[in-house]
Amino acid sequence: MKTLLPLIALLPTFVFAEIEYTGSAAVEQRYFFQDALYPQQERANLSVYFAPEVYTSFNDGNDSILFKGFYRLDQQDGERTHGDIREFKWTHSGDEWEVQTGIGKVFWGQTESLHLVDIINQTDAIEAIDGEDKLGQPMVTFSLFKDWGNTTVFVLPYFRERTFSGNDGRFRAALPVDTDNPIFESEDEEKNLDWAIRWQHTLGDWEVGLSYFDGTSREPDFVLTSNELLEPSLRPFYPLVQQAGIDVLALLGGWTIKFEGVQRKIMDQDINAFVGGFEYSFVGLFDSAYDINLLMEYQYDDRDNASNVITQNDLMMGSRLVLNDVDGTEILFGLVQDLDYSNVRSGFIEASSRINDNWKWRVDAWLFSSDEPVEPSYMLRRDDYAQLSLEYYF
Amino acid sequence: MNRYLLPCVTIISLVLSLMTYSLSSHAQSAQEKGLVIAKERKLRDKGWGDSTGNMSMILRNAQGEEVERKMRLKSLEQVADGDKGLTIFDQPLDVRGTVFLNFTHATEPDDQWMYLPKLSKVKRIRSRNKSGPFMGSEFAFEDMSSFEIEKYKFKFLRDETYEGQASFVLEQIPTDKNSGYSKQIVWVDKEHYRALKIEFYDRKGSLLKELANFDFTLYLGKYWRPLRVEMFNEQNGKSTELVTHELNFNTGLTDNDFNKGTLKNVR
Repeated sequence: MKTLLPLIALLPTFVFAEIEYTGSAAVEQRYFFQDALYPQQERANLSVYFAPEVYTSFNDGNDSILFKGFYRLDQQDGERTHGDIREFKWTHSGDEWEVQTGIGKVFWGQTESLHLVDIINQTDAIEAIDGEDKLGQPMVTFSLFKDWGNTTVFVLPYFRERTFSGNDGRFRAALPVDTDNPIFESEDEEKNLDWAIRWQHTLGDWEVGLSYFDGTSREPDFVLTSNELLEPSLRPFYPLVQQAGIDVLALLGGWTIKFEGVQRKIMDQDINAFVGGFEYSFVGLFDSAYDINLLMEYQYDDRDNASNVITQNDLMMGSRLVLNDVDGTEILFGLVQDLDYSNVRSGFIEASSRINDNWKWRVDAWLFSSDEPVEPSYMLRRDDYAQLSLEYYF
Repeated sequence: MNRYLLPCVTIISLVLSLMTYSLSSHAQSAQEKGLVIAKERKLRDKGWGDSTGNMSMILRNAQGEEVERKMRLKSLEQVADGDKGLTIFDQPLDVRGTVFLNFTHATEPDDQWMYLPKLSKVKRIRSRNKSGPFMGSEFAFEDMSSFEIEKYKFKFLRDETYEGQASFVLEQIPTDKNSGYSKQIVWVDKEHYRALKIEFYDRKGSLLKELANFDFTLYLGKYWRPLRVEMFNEQNGKSTELVTHELNFNTGLTDNDFNKGTLKNVR
């Protein structure tokens, strides 16, 4: 009893709000329309994932802990069978400021077809070819929320390597990527201390963001070499990069203008890239509740002969149809045309709708047309596919 | 003759000017009285400060099939401008964690952002799409924002007893050309100046929707809130019921709780 009393006295300070367990899981079936380029690859692939989420807050809601896990099991590709801690962070909020510590996920930018400015999190490229899935990034951040904008300073003590398809997976180069032997420019390798700062503000109908990053590039180059078995392979090379970025969104009349631009310094080379375009909305089409948004974005990168840059001089045109129905049905489709090679283009469609409170279906399809061996999309020329997903939320 | 004419003209003009004076005060009254009632309605609701609420939205189609949405609302009164609002979606589960931030403005379009948890992205959205449906319901985005005098031109129509309550019937015409409505007819009760019923007319002038407020409850001894709101679409037979389960005032919310930078932390 004597030992218990002080414990009980301490208890109230450790009282957590209730713990919330939520998350999602899905079954995904992919079907590839053409025979594969490489004998190890299959025409069909079944895959499942599980993404649990745990959240609790304490100290009157001024502190919170969030965990988001992810695990995928893939039928064909052993590399795609992988797990990750997407987020596991402690947030402490003050008046007009906050500190976050742990593994986090951050998004910067405004454009739809390409995310140039967004650099904090590594792409979980093996997940989907749109590059929107990200790996959890260890970080400490300090944010200030003021009349003159929101400013966040990031300290990033550990680097995450990009994921790549294995030999049995689709969407790969002719040679396997030797992810076990990456090369870093930094002597500290993945322990290089990266840092970044971002300022974002709303000025009437304008959203403006400025950012600076100094650290290891999330985007690797590849070095042709041979692995332990003396087979040729590609080793990812992660150089150091200093990147200054700007992102803007403006609401002008019926138009939404979007722009992102970056200047990067990599290996004493200056690189400029931008993506910009517009979205135009037709609301309540033909007296219905339907909305149609037309999107057009132009992508430019001044690297002339970089083999790993898909988005050099390309035009994306797309349309998003929003049914505004009870099931939240949306259909997005589009085309990306390479303006250097008229025979290089890709088309995509994404559609989704709710079945009930817990279930949702989704269809994604990509078609690639690329007869140009010098373009990186050439390696995807036989990877046209459609995927049906059944998602469960809990 | 001339001697008599002048006083006559003077008297007639005097009588006429008196008549036009009293006439003009009567002619003004339809618009002016409408504005006076609307201002009183706004005034009676002044000073509520901030509130948090917990609600369900029940969507019914013409066949009577139901779907339930759950959400939480945080609201902060602004003195010089329209109010700030935060809507947190809890159900359906695939949109859980999505947060809608709205800064209502009296004359300009509202500023709106949506936090999308899947991408960890704060997206500025176009409030010009104000006539679009809110979450697939019969409420439009513009129906969800706060009542501001500058948003309408008012006109008093008549006195009428509605559901046993002596009421003013007002016409309010939206000043924003992006509104989905050509006019609204509002029944305001004379005792507490609460909107009891609103009819919404589409751009072509035909009756589109009818909103009825029920279960008025008094908060802080001064502010009336309907705990059940029903919106019925006259044209497609669908309806949406908004039920407030819990409503709290003086919760200590500040502008800092309505910052797009902290939407990612909102639960």
